[in-house]
Amino acid sequence: MGEDNKTINRRCFLRDSLWGASLVGLGMVAGAAARKHKKTDLIWQIDPYLCTSCTNCATYCVLEESAVKCVQVYAICGYCDFCPGYFELGASVLEPGAENELCPTGAITRTFVEEPYYEYTIDESLCIGCAKCVKGCAAFGNGSLFLQVRHDRCLNCNECAIAMACPSGAFKRVPADQPYLLKGESHA
Amino acid sequence: MMRFAQIITGIALALISCGLVWSAERFPPPDFESGHEMPSPTTPHPRQDIYEYIDVVVLLAALGLASYLVLKKRSRRAIFALTVFSLLYFGFWREGCVCPIGGTQNIVLSIFDAEYVVPITVAAFFLLPLVFTLFFGRTFCAAVCPLGAVQDLVLCRPVAVPSWAESGLRLLAYVYLGAAVLFAATGSAFIICRYDPFISIFRLTGDLNILILGACLLLIGVFVGRPYCRFICPYGVVLRQLSRLSRRRVTITPDECIQCKLCEESCPFGAIKKPAAKWSDQDYGIAKKRLGFFLLILPVLVLLGGWAGSSLKAVAARAHETVRLAERIYLEETGEVTETTDASAAFRATGKEIEELYADASSIRAQFGFGGWFFGGFAGLVIGLKLIGLSVWRQRTDYEADRASCLACGRCFEYCPREHVRLEQAKEVKT
Repeated sequence: MGEDNKTINRRCFLRDSLWGASLVGLGMVAGAAARKHKKTDLIWQIDPYLCTSCTNCATYCVLEESAVKCVQVYAICGYCDFCPGYFELGASVLEPGAENELCPTGAITRTFVEEPYYEYTIDESLCIGCAKCVKGCAAFGNGSLFLQVRHDRCLNCNECAIAMACPSGAFKRVPADQPYLLKGESHA
Repeated sequence: MMRFAQIITGIALALISCGLVWSAERFPPPDFESGHEMPSPTTPHPRQDIYEYIDVVVLLAALGLASYLVLKKRSRRAIFALTVFSLLYFGFWREGCVCPIGGTQNIVLSIFDAEYVVPITVAAFFLLPLVFTLFFGRTFCAAVCPLGAVQDLVLCRPVAVPSWAESGLRLLAYVYLGAAVLFAATGSAFIICRYDPFISIFRLTGDLNILILGACLLLIGVFVGRPYCRFICPYGVVLRQLSRLSRRRVTITPDECIQCKLCEESCPFGAIKKPAAKWSDQDYGIAKKRLGFFLLILPVLVLLGGWAGSSLKAVAARAHETVRLAERIYLEETGEVTETTDASAAFRATGKEIEELYADASSIRAQFGFGGWFFGGFAGLVIGLKLIGLSVWRQRTDYEADRASCLACGRCFEYCPREHVRLEQAKEVKT
């Protein structure tokens, strides 16, 4: 009987020390995490200066309609009459219409401001993030049209499916209190 | 017409520079004479941090409640209700992200990548279930994990899995954990998240292949209890080991086991262990020899596994985008392929040195070679220890829930006649 007690005690001691070690181990992980923790969440965003308008954003998002949409930063827009993000390069007349427009869903509206300026506005409910306009605007215009993850739609997946498919490494995790990387604003 | 001339020069300039010049301000922003105000772009805010903290509080409350229900209240009905709540809250409402299972990778990445910082809520999500398991057993699996919950709810016609199949299939989970750690540590991919089978169901949208995988697992789950939890879940592996050490444990009977065998078939997860008969001298002799042999081959298995894991580095490293890009660029440079991909074109547009890319890629391959030793060694160790475990006799006089495998679902409680006695007594005390 005495021997039995001894083995049980030995086993108990072993278990207890392992238990303590596990707790200390978890504490160390917690400590390591706390040492360089972030209070804010990290969320996905596109660096517009790295984006190559490859169209992956439109197709790889886990949402049926991508969380990535085109953004217009008016402050750097040239308000061109012939907008290379709005019109096909060979457009015969500068008139709205499917045969002249780049956008496959007609998500950009062109409104006359004053001679010779036109304002271009994105209707986000129609934009699919295909980046056709982005490409045009970047190649021949000021680059005021570019893609951004829209955080009212983004599910913030732990592994973003678009980020994995991004050919240029433009997707990065940014702190949630600075959720957008807009052109024309200083950011790291 | 001045404007038109500007456009022509703009196009010409763009063609001359013959590449993508980003945000070059070719046309100065206009000064409106009509006093038109420029709108500013809208920036819809992400989910606020306060909701993340609320999630942690809900997790804490659910873990506490689950532990209370399993260990004190011993009510399957209440555990079931909490399971449904967890499925709705952590599954469908939070849409499954971030979960403790995937959080493992964030923790690993933060250890190996100095630049990546874990958000405190993710760290809490990873650690809380582990701490609770150290104290109360796998109550997280019982009623808090949404992946477990969705499988628990479809389990209608449980069939017993033979123990050899159970042990064999479980090795998958260890390998999966090892691979997930390897890929996360090298910053290549979060495979647990990518192949999370139920995420598409929680979000009601997603990749078709994953949706099919999830549906298949649920279909299997009608007959085989919680196939993901038992055979695949990498976090479950960690929980298993911590649960072995837990301070409190799930007991089938509230007091003494009378060995009535009524609970024998009640566990759909094969976690109830029968009393172990003492081995005959002959069996004991065989087992002793077997144990000696397995102890001897354990280091061989570890080394063999490590070598195999390390020699997979060239293939495994392709999970990292830099390696894929470097291989593509190499093919293009040597003239084996003529067309470029989006990635290689984007790389060339940056004007970075190709040699630098090759150097990066080979350092990542070296990381995979080094990490592969640990990954393969870990797999070998797990197989070796499993073999050793099979040849050790463990004293067991009563029917009891296996500490590691028990998912604390509470199904066995009502099978125990002593439990009914307890419930009767509790009722009497009340009246």
